[in-house]
Amino acid sequence: MLISALSIAGGVMLLLGLLLAAVLAIANKKLYVYEDPRIDEVEAQLPSANCGACGFAGCRAFAEAVIRGEAAPGQCTASSADTVESIAAYLGVDAGVGEKRVARLACSGGDNVARRFAHYEGRYSCRAASLVAGGGKHCTFGCIGYGDCVAVCPFDALHMNEHMLPVVDEAKCTACGNCVVECPKHLFSIHPISHQLWVSCSTRLRGKDAKAACAVACIGCGLCAKAAPEAVSMDGNLPVVDYGKNEFAVREAIENCPSGAILWVERDGRRVLGVKAAAALEKVLNPPEAPLKKTSASEAEQKSEVSG
Amino acid sequence: MSTEARPLIIGSSPHIRVKQSVPDIMFHVALALLPVAAFAVWSFGLSALLLLLTTTAACVATEHTACLIARRSTTIRDWSVVVTGLILGLTLPPSTPLWMAVLGSIFGVSVTKSLFGGLGYNCFNPALVGRAFLQIAFPIPLTTWTPPDLPGRFSSLLPTTLTFPFLRADTAALADYIRTALASGGVDGWSGATPLSMWKFAEVPQFESLPRLFLGSIAGSTGETATWLIILCGLYLIARNMMNWRIPAGMLLGAFLLSGAFWLSDKTHYPSPMFMLFSGGLMFGALFMASDMVASPMTSAGVWIYGFFIGMVTVIIRIFGALPEGVMFAILLGNAVSPLITSATQPRTYGLVRQKRWIKQ
Amino acid sequence: MKSYVNSFPHGVHPPDCKYTADAVIETLPLPPEVTILLSQHIGAPAKALVAKKSKVMRGEPIAEAVGFVSVPMHAPIAGTVTAVDYALNPRGEMAQAIKIKIDPDADQEEIYGTPRDLASLTPDELIRAVQETGTVGLGGAAFPTHVKMKPPAGKSVDTLIVNGCECEPYLTTDFRIMVEESDKIITGIQLVMEAMGAKEAFIAIENNKPEALESMAKAIPAGAPISVRSLMTKYPQGAEKMLSRAVLHKDVPSGGLPSDIGVGCFNVATLLQLGQLLPKGQGLIERVITVSGGGVERPGNYRIPLGTPIRYIMEQVGIRPEARKIISGGPMMGMSLSSQDIPLTKGMSGLLVLTEEEMRDGGGTVYPCIKCARCVDACPIFLNPSLLGLLARKARYEEMAEEHHLNDCFECGCCTYVCPSNIPLVQYFRIAKAMNREREAAK
Repeated sequence: MLISALSIAGGVMLLLGLLLAAVLAIANKKLYVYEDPRIDEVEAQLPSANCGACGFAGCRAFAEAVIRGEAAPGQCTASSADTVESIAAYLGVDAGVGEKRVARLACSGGDNVARRFAHYEGRYSCRAASLVAGGGKHCTFGCIGYGDCVAVCPFDALHMNEHMLPVVDEAKCTACGNCVVECPKHLFSIHPISHQLWVSCSTRLRGKDAKAACAVACIGCGLCAKAAPEAVSMDGNLPVVDYGKNEFAVREAIENCPSGAILWVERDGRRVLGVKAAAALEKVLNPPEAPLKKTSASEAEQKSEVSG
Repeated sequence: MSTEARPLIIGSSPHIRVKQSVPDIMFHVALALLPVAAFAVWSFGLSALLLLLTTTAACVATEHTACLIARRSTTIRDWSVVVTGLILGLTLPPSTPLWMAVLGSIFGVSVTKSLFGGLGYNCFNPALVGRAFLQIAFPIPLTTWTPPDLPGRFSSLLPTTLTFPFLRADTAALADYIRTALASGGVDGWSGATPLSMWKFAEVPQFESLPRLFLGSIAGSTGETATWLIILCGLYLIARNMMNWRIPAGMLLGAFLLSGAFWLSDKTHYPSPMFMLFSGGLMFGALFMASDMVASPMTSAGVWIYGFFIGMVTVIIRIFGALPEGVMFAILLGNAVSPLITSATQPRTYGLVRQKRWIKQ
Repeated sequence: MKSYVNSFPHGVHPPDCKYTADAVIETLPLPPEVTILLSQHIGAPAKALVAKKSKVMRGEPIAEAVGFVSVPMHAPIAGTVTAVDYALNPRGEMAQAIKIKIDPDADQEEIYGTPRDLASLTPDELIRAVQETGTVGLGGAAFPTHVKMKPPAGKSVDTLIVNGCECEPYLTTDFRIMVEESDKIITGIQLVMEAMGAKEAFIAIENNKPEALESMAKAIPAGAPISVRSLMTKYPQGAEKMLSRAVLHKDVPSGGLPSDIGVGCFNVATLLQLGQLLPKGQGLIERVITVSGGGVERPGNYRIPLGTPIRYIMEQVGIRPEARKIISGGPMMGMSLSSQDIPLTKGMSGLLVLTEEEMRDGGGTVYPCIKCARCVDACPIFLNPSLLGLLARKARYEEMAEEHHLNDCFECGCCTYVCPSNIPLVQYFRIAKAMNREREAAK
């Protein structure tokens, strides 16, 4: 009795199991979508940062595009050269490695040189401060210094220096462009590292007014444009480098700059000032009074934000 | 002196604020609980005092430790955890062993509050979760009652108070102690029951007189007995705009109406609505626990529904449930549905036609 | 008069602090130099008509309107243009401005402009004349008045609400002009009614200003379809949406304008200027502002030429060393100014100089939201500021606008005013709106 009951039960379960297995098997065949196995392979090698710098919606989309031949492996700026080579070799395509590109900040006005003349109280963020009377820095065009760009950098390539100015670590920067979007003053732009002559100021003010706001502000003297006339021209009071004629953007352009607003970026990311500018800056920083103290209250704000 | 020496401050509007901050509110709630606590100590003696101190200290210590573990600056200075500790102590029977009180404090604060991210993120009232945990884990000590105004309450502790951790509380010794003490005061016989259990479990329902319920010369949880004092302290908070008066009003109204309906159907079996309001923890729950801002709904309409719901569930549990008291579980249930109530009662935005959907995704 | 009926639900009751209510309007001596920002209004910046070294007469147009949503500027003092250059504006940006130095020999009494017969003008000509005066909403919004007077095609305005609420604490300019210059305000109301074809007008005044209620009621000519309405004293009673509910018991549709329900809202100060300038054919060159707050030695109501640097005003009224914050407008919606170099603009209804104690309490520490729902009970447009604040923290800005009506928020500040956790809700909402605008622009 017991045995027969058990065997009936077991039999029913077995049949049911077989039936369901059959359904699954049919569904698997019917609903199967072919997916190129190489997509997984390529995606595995990509950095999974999903930063979007390649112009595709994430690393998988990029991998698919590479396999379709719509993108070159080198368009992934977040991957190292080795990775790009390895993907190219795996797929047997051209790596299409472009020149390394990085984010550049068009401002040098840290707290040591640019005056902060009103004290901002509120949420510790550039975006928030910029909506409150511009953020309180005397130069209303320059960096506010609360580090929104650092917060959005997925590659740890941005850091605030001791004067509340962001510094790009060009080795780590992948030109993903997050900081370009985030900066409320629109000070970041993406450039190949061969663009070495760099106007590191965004002021629209002229001469005395610009100088009053920031010691390294461009005063619009035009000496750089004279030194490299083919590549540098003046737009209002700011020099503009025409990178289409990058070969004419020579290092001599920075030598006469009195303030250090135009500078030379070495391929390793070091920013080099002209001789005159370096001397002028030295005069500003020492001997005068001790460098401006960082606002301790704003740090307290930050703390309360974090704890809250 | 020129103003250039001190930079102007810039900030986002509005540039003025009300003076009340979160610690102010919590501090005043704690302050309003103090008279209730004082009455509890007067009624139940040293054991009650020790119990309240223990729960408060344990809750504060738990919160502080949780902040240390989470590497945040400690949040004990906002007074909210002190309120939790006091409320937990006031909802426990005076004879609760201290080790259980500590356990309940740790459980309530850590599980309900700290794990969810601290003040403002708890979806339940932490004191009540702590108490519910104790009620379920240790049903007997948590339903063993002590009569008020026991002779000798200021010179000795109740025998169960100092029970060694994880040992069974000796309720028999407690009963003996109470009988001896009562006898020394010339009273014999002690049923060991609260007014609610006397009504619910006695062969013939007994109804405690309303004046005694109101004045608090009854057995019960440490802080729930003095109805008059609880009402006064609650009114203080309402007057200072530190409590939403609609919650206690809705809850009392809900309880009153439902129990009134039962009472009218059978006056010998069911207690009068006033007995319902003044007995047990209903008044304390309405004014100090259901009104917890964090775990109650945010809209005015929602708050009425919430209060009403808790009041009615309390009455249902009291009349039909296994336990004589239902306030605690009713409030916890109310807490659970409060986000739902909030989203279902969103008011119409100015200038918009009301949308025909009940719950926002 | 039943005052409690005429109001709106929710809102807050900040302390009114109207210390300068009894101070008669004073005229300050002319400043040695003025800076006229070319964009003091909402819309396209004006285009300068003068260049460096031009001599200008007082009241002469120095910048012309560019397009319809724009207004011209007039020289507030007779003098010489020293520069057309960048200057700091109240928003903390560098913007184009004309700087004029006073000419000690020039005639400062004579004001440019020819009187004209307004009765002969058609409504459209009247609206053009309003644009030529350079008048904008003087209550603080600075929206060009003539644009408001021309409702979008297909809409017409039959009711005028004249806003004399002045619900912001501290400010008393509207109160003073209603008491002192009620006749000219009535002239302005009649001109606007004529230009817009409105059939009736209500002058809305909060019931804490009985003098203004009385003075305005007295100034109304017999038989004119203008009446005074006493409203409950409550913030933000003076907002357009709140006014239309309090006075007419109608809602302005979400995302719409008062003209959608046939209403036009104008501030009393704006109408005063129209009543004063239009008949003479002059331009807007000065305005009345309240200078108040604990940081000021001589608080009061002053008539000051536009473009006067705040530094000069502060020298005249005396600024105390404990002054910590200068606000343009009232304390609830006003902007804090970063520098005393900023000039007076058309939209500044007051300058508040606050000391540390006046600014705020609670030490500025931000606590987590305890869901006390005070913001929900304060929001005059029935949003859920607490929920919006949580979403803003998570940067879910689009969701805020699409599902929780962020764009209906007009930043009155009630939610932040009552928040016991000191959460800067309004600031969150401004960021969210700015981000949404930027995202929209990028598309």
